[in-house]
Amino acid sequence: MKILAVCGMGLGSGLLLRMQAEKALRELGVQADVEVADIGTARALAATADLILTSEDLAQQLGAVKPRVVTITNFIDLREMVDKLRAAIGLSEPDGVRTEGGLEPPFGRMQH
Amino acid sequence: MGSAPLSGLLRPSAIRVGAIAADWRAAVRVAGDALVTTGVTEDAYTNEMIATVEELGPYIVIAPGIALAHSRPSPAVRRVGMSLVTLAGPVEFGHRENDPVRLVVGLAAPDSDGHVTALATLASFLSDEARREALLSAQNVAEIRALIVEFENRAASPGRGTLKSRPRRKAG
Repeated sequence: MKILAVCGMGLGSGLLLRMQAEKALRELGVQADVEVADIGTARALAATADLILTSEDLAQQLGAVKPRVVTITNFIDLREMVDKLRAAIGLSEPDGVRTEGGLEPPFGRMQH
Repeated sequence: MGSAPLSGLLRPSAIRVGAIAADWRAAVRVAGDALVTTGVTEDAYTNEMIATVEELGPYIVIAPGIALAHSRPSPAVRRVGMSLVTLAGPVEFGHRENDPVRLVVGLAAPDSDGHVTALATLASFLSDEARREALLSAQNVAEIRALIVEFENRAASPGRGTLKSRPRRKAG
């Protein structure tokens, strides 16, 4: 699956989100690519992602996008990241299907 | 991750202890001035950091009490660098959950790679409450510097590359 870490400038908080998400995914035993995007390009890239990670402020500015948006409050708290990713992936991942890299949607509950 | 360590990007002359700031703009300005002092940025970048918050909101308050002041690469960024400011009194940034801020980290980066290691070290340093409190109650630059260097040396000791995560549990 593909996760988009969205921040304002593409090099500060988004980078932190990516690092934390990668740690959390290892802990959860889930394979995923995590990419950083700034808020300006995130909308265009959103369609290619299964999940978006961002702050609440930026989630509001992002508005409605196809993938599920998970907001993180504490960017250095690995617990929060693990818990929220687990919940999000649990919801969007069909039972019994393991993510082994390039699995295509339906992740993120694509709505057409 | 071939980027510089935290102790390399955060020079002692870019550390401010117990700074007095009347509001969030003043707090960001202290962090910006510290970057200017160390030759990392020009004054314009400080305004760009403030404009980032005005434009996008207080999302730079990345954790309770901690702001990561930064903007995008610009002509006012001479090289990659960081600054660190502990505030004498807490300051409101307007963040719903993470206010008030007691620690401002300034970051200037000409690209998205050169500060990866330093940022990871900083996040890991600050994720521990005892270390965070030690940093906030430090009385001078040397104390802060020592906390960071000690943490870095410990992290660099054998075993660092082996991430403790053996997946124990499947998701879903």
